[in-house]
Amino acid sequence: MIRLESLHVTLPGFALQSIDLRVAAGEFFVLIGPTGAGKSLVLESIVGVVPITRGRIFVDGRDVTRLPPERRRIGIVYQDQALFPHLTVEKNIAYGLRYGCRDPQDRRRRVPALVKRLALTHLLGRAVTHLSGGEKQRVALARALAVDPAVLLLDEPLSALDPNFREEMREVLKDLHRHMGVTILMVTHDFAETHCLAQRVALIHRGRIEQSGTLEDVFGRPATPFAAEFVGMRNFLPAGFEGRKAHLEGLTLHLARPAPEGARFVGIRPEDLRILTGPPPPGAGNGNRFTATVGPVTFRGFTCDVGLAAGGVRLVAMLPSGEFLAGKVATGEQVSVAVDAAKIHAV
Amino acid sequence: MNVPGDATSAASNRAVSVWRPDLFAGVALASSLLIVAFILLPLIEMVFQPSAADLGQTIRDPDVLRAIGLSIWASAAAAVLAFALGTPLAYLLARRSFPGKKLVESVIDLPIMVPHPVVGIAILSMAGRDHWLGRLIGALGVRVMGSVTGIIVVLLFVGLPFYINTAKNGFEAIPLRIETVSRSLGASPAATFFRITVPLAWRSMVVGMIMCTARAVSEFGAIVIVAYHPMTAPVMIYERFSAYGLKYSQPVAVWLILVCLGLFVLLRAFSIKPARFP
Repeated sequence: MIRLESLHVTLPGFALQSIDLRVAAGEFFVLIGPTGAGKSLVLESIVGVVPITRGRIFVDGRDVTRLPPERRRIGIVYQDQALFPHLTVEKNIAYGLRYGCRDPQDRRRRVPALVKRLALTHLLGRAVTHLSGGEKQRVALARALAVDPAVLLLDEPLSALDPNFREEMREVLKDLHRHMGVTILMVTHDFAETHCLAQRVALIHRGRIEQSGTLEDVFGRPATPFAAEFVGMRNFLPAGFEGRKAHLEGLTLHLARPAPEGARFVGIRPEDLRILTGPPPPGAGNGNRFTATVGPVTFRGFTCDVGLAAGGVRLVAMLPSGEFLAGKVATGEQVSVAVDAAKIHAV
Repeated sequence: MNVPGDATSAASNRAVSVWRPDLFAGVALASSLLIVAFILLPLIEMVFQPSAADLGQTIRDPDVLRAIGLSIWASAAAAVLAFALGTPLAYLLARRSFPGKKLVESVIDLPIMVPHPVVGIAILSMAGRDHWLGRLIGALGVRVMGSVTGIIVVLLFVGLPFYINTAKNGFEAIPLRIETVSRSLGASPAATFFRITVPLAWRSMVVGMIMCTARAVSEFGAIVIVAYHPMTAPVMIYERFSAYGLKYSQPVAVWLILVCLGLFVLLRAFSIKPARFP
């Protein structure tokens, strides 16, 4: 279990502000954010290698804010693994065993089990410099877990791996979490990893936590304009609410349920805006149909982003590129647009 | 460390192996050859000027042997002292940032810039009876002026920057994350230093000691002021040059060059492989 209480870290040119985070025992928690958001700095504060200006850090209920790294019981695995290049695989894994071993009996059972689970048995005598990326990552995991840390921190562990190894490593992480009960706090900027692994998520931006909660909370109901943009709700517009209606500039949309108290924006994913090219299917849009003028089109491979102007509002819809190329939609034309009331998020 | 496995940037950093003659390459090659020749020619010329008989006679001269021996062992002693006393500072400079760090780094470089006789005069002025420190060490039975102790003090002074800067570069090349991982696994700062840092940086430390020794062997200006006797090789070469002329100083110089060259080639040979980080 790990808890951060209004953590402040001030470095030249960057600061973490008021970070509150709680990772429950046995949980897989993902801290997601764009590059330079302060994700790694949060991990380094937990490890204990950056000076903390204000706030407290608890590990298993113990205040470790003022403790040196070696007394915090934190395991860390970096993107570049940071293996000890002068030691063999076995010596890397055994590195921490001589320090503060709580239960030698447990250690004798756990380390071999760990080596077996991570499929490292045949590599034990090898030099770490000649391993593949995936193998290095497994050694780094074994080394961190050998000392039985209270929590395992993962700093973008999959980013530096080849795509083929990445999936394999994801399974390894899942397996460790599920079968060994490891508490994990992982940092990433990758959505796929987050969706695949996370039980709970926190979104960090410019040194602040923008939102935290379950995957559905953060990805389905972004709470701030940045969160909405980050999770792909590219249509994020100021609106006034009145019961189940959202009034945008020159456009009124129906909601599936009344807007929450204090809502000021609507969010719609581009893929949820449907441009009706043929005769409208019955009940399309649940009453949310409006006419829009097609604006600029940007190609993104199989899909393209279609700019739409409706009333005073500019929107982006996603369309299979084939449909645009087939001439079903053309810039400057009037089209009918439908959106399901349940896909309109009041924030 | 940056992102590993970036093969294209690694390849583009490597020297281009295809040689296409053009004016730029021609000028670059010509001036390179000129500068190498400028360094090598006087040395080669000097080595081949004395006759074999003169060289043989010189090396059997016990004074010459004693001078070269003293030069080498006093320089090695200075390097060992630089290693023992300079390593903590080198590590501190590599790992910590603190107010006044730039100033400390400039202070470390001072012995490189101060004219050599000035170094000698400065040390002498503190070691004499007119200074409280000189009286203190004198009371302890240590003599600086005209002693091997004085020579080693001078050589340590001029050699320290070479050891500290080289060791510091070696420590800086070790990713901080490796040490952070060691700490997180339960190792104290001291345990991390001896189990991780030293095994990864020892080559830089050895190279630093070699450079410190090399600098010390060549010292003349400061030694001649602090300790004309016992005579180190550079002082002896100078004395023979000024008393008997060029011809008599050359054989000693040749032997000093040969002995040092042999030593440094030997030492570098086993420290040449650079440390690798994954």
